[in-house]
Amino acid sequence: MPPEAAVALDPAAAIAAGFPEGSVVPQEGPGAPTDQPTWVVRREVLRDLCRALRDNPKTRFDLLLDVCGVDYPEREERFESVYHLYSMPRGRRLRLKVPVAEGDARIPSVVPVWKGADWFEREVYDMFGVVFEDHPNLRRILTHDGFQGHALRKDYDPARRWILTEDKIYMPKLVAPPGRSDSMFERMTINIGPSHPAMHGTFRFVAMVDGEEIVASEVEIGYLHRCMEKMSETHTWQQVIPYTDRLNYCSSFINNVAYCRTVEKLLGVEVPPKAVWARTILSEFSRVMDHCVANGSSLVDTGALTNFWYFFQVREEIYGLLEAVCGARLTVSACRIGGLLADLPPDFVARCRRLLEFIPPLIDDVEKLIDKNRIWIDRSVGIAAISGEDAVNWSWTGPCLRASGVAYDVRKAHPYDLYDTVDWQVPVLYGGDTYDRYKVRMLEIRQSLSIIRQLLDRGMPEGPFVVDDPHVALPSKEACYNQMESMIYHFKLIMDGIQVPPGETYLMTEGANGELGFYVVSDGSGKPYRLHVRAPCFPIFSTFSDLMRGHSISDAIATLGGLNVIAGELER
Amino acid sequence: MEVQGESWLTTKLEPFVDWAQKNSFWPLPFGTACCAIEFMGTVSSHYDMSRFGYEVVRFSPRQSDLMIVAGTITDKMAPVLKRIYDQMPDPKWVVSMGACACSGGFYRAYHVMQGIDEIIPVDIYVPGCPPSPEGLMYGILQIKEKIDRERKASRRGGKRKGEHAA
Ligand code: SF4
Repeated sequence: MPPEAAVALDPAAAIAAGFPEGSVVPQEGPGAPTDQPTWVVRREVLRDLCRALRDNPKTRFDLLLDVCGVDYPEREERFESVYHLYSMPRGRRLRLKVPVAEGDARIPSVVPVWKGADWFEREVYDMFGVVFEDHPNLRRILTHDGFQGHALRKDYDPARRWILTEDKIYMPKLVAPPGRSDSMFERMTINIGPSHPAMHGTFRFVAMVDGEEIVASEVEIGYLHRCMEKMSETHTWQQVIPYTDRLNYCSSFINNVAYCRTVEKLLGVEVPPKAVWARTILSEFSRVMDHCVANGSSLVDTGALTNFWYFFQVREEIYGLLEAVCGARLTVSACRIGGLLADLPPDFVARCRRLLEFIPPLIDDVEKLIDKNRIWIDRSVGIAAISGEDAVNWSWTGPCLRASGVAYDVRKAHPYDLYDTVDWQVPVLYGGDTYDRYKVRMLEIRQSLSIIRQLLDRGMPEGPFVVDDPHVALPSKEACYNQMESMIYHFKLIMDGIQVPPGETYLMTEGANGELGFYVVSDGSGKPYRLHVRAPCFPIFSTFSDLMRGHSISDAIATLGGLNVIAGELER
Repeated sequence: MEVQGESWLTTKLEPFVDWAQKNSFWPLPFGTACCAIEFMGTVSSHYDMSRFGYEVVRFSPRQSDLMIVAGTITDKMAPVLKRIYDQMPDPKWVVSMGACACSGGFYRAYHVMQGIDEIIPVDIYVPGCPPSPEGLMYGILQIKEKIDRERKASRRGGKRKGEHAA
């Protein structure tokens, strides 16, 4: 039990003190995580504890950010299910860990407390084989139905594949709700995707319709599960950066930043001002690009093709900038742990300024075409609306949540890089529907451009682009060729990788879709022991079949783009 | 084909069909991942694939003759890819766009197919992660050449695409 004084100060600790001795134990002392309070919880009290933490007005942990598993084969209680909680009103974070043994890997599901736990728990079940009791639909989510074993267990061979045969393809059995007496239609089940243009390549949506109206549906994902988390365990810390590009590939740069910041935190490395400045600017440009794709694709799904070309032109121009910075357009890998890949090109500021001239007219054009467009309004206003409270319960973050009236933005709530030094607003709308999700993104594009403008006006900071620490960043080529010591450092870094001290941390960044979190565990070897990505669109998409109940198939198509579900990030 | 005078054009049926085919593919984009975004870039206004006559993008396999596999194919997706390929009418061609489609890329992993040629035949492999739009265009233009080459080979008794051995 926590000491008396702590209980008096911390309402969460007071709640914990109400549970039986030894069932909620804070992790303290050497080796304990320092990034946020962490409690080890016995599974018997988990659900009650969660409910108390959520409902107590002094704590209000209303947002379940993430659930993930970690495997420690040498421990008696081998699996650990890790919950990251966030209190929206208080801005506090809390981590719960529930250890279970292999022979008895059962944990009560927290879906009754937070609906957003649904897919998170399914993922832990799929990857580790931990069973969540009373879960409404506990089956594999990312891997296919012919898969055997649990891939993120430490004893699973990363390259062991299983072939899926046609007879094993999953077909949801939708349970029809009791029929409406006034319906004249026959019920029909329609399968859309995974290879369907409206499903953006890789999602599968099976809906039962009564006439036009969807009465029950199920979403099947995992068609792009590329095993990113397992791959990171087999690569050095630096080598993971390209994998992060391919999470949300519409705004790769933000993923790079999010990952590098997490590792930098574990290492305790201070990033030079020039790199921080450039990271902020390029992150905002990436956000603009991402919002362009989200809005462009949601509009094109409703037939408004012209805007798509406008938006893609914006992207092309920003690609030009990224290409000048790192040589790649889409998958940039432009960050390094401790700074950037290379120094900025000499015309960096000029290029950015040109973009600031070029982008706004295109955005204006789209707004002129769309904002008052009858067809778009008819197809988006009031469609798939969700209240702020529900959205939080479903673990939403990002622009979709801000369209439902909740002003949570990591850049404001927990500022990092240079966000607290510039003047900008968090746009919030209250409709919670497809239209507001479109509009919030348009407003955010303008805020991003304003942030960039202010930073450019400030001028580029002088100095190095990466930390001057040979244990973290590669020495320059010249130094390698001329100094024995630098050559040895270079060799060590390439062969063994960065040596990150043992520990664990969770760090959040505002991704284009919401809170992008990296939870990393290091055991002191040259590779991540466990790396988990809190993908913002994962819980958002888990709501989809609930959102679409009562709407028509064509509404589902119009909604999907606005949720901005990116398969690479969703399924990792 | 030769143009004679102003209004005559003499040819044989075969070269005429080839000419039509190679200048107006109807691509089916089987886009799953990051490469699909670059595919979109290629068909958008800046790179504009329609300059070559390839803009009629069709999502129905029955209306297309060129499959562009853009993105990682996982084991879960594999049966879908195979079925869609089988539904395309002959003659048909396949471009494998990007490292993932060609070889699994840097995902040597438990859920990723190590190259789509495990299940369907590939005509052109376009390397890159993702390939640049120029690279993809070059790859597609190579199919044009391939049709020519196959034609020459068929004159020497070889098989043409879509022809079955007698
Ligand atoms: S080749 Fe690269 S860019 Fe293309 S799908 Fe694979 S990871 Fe993405």
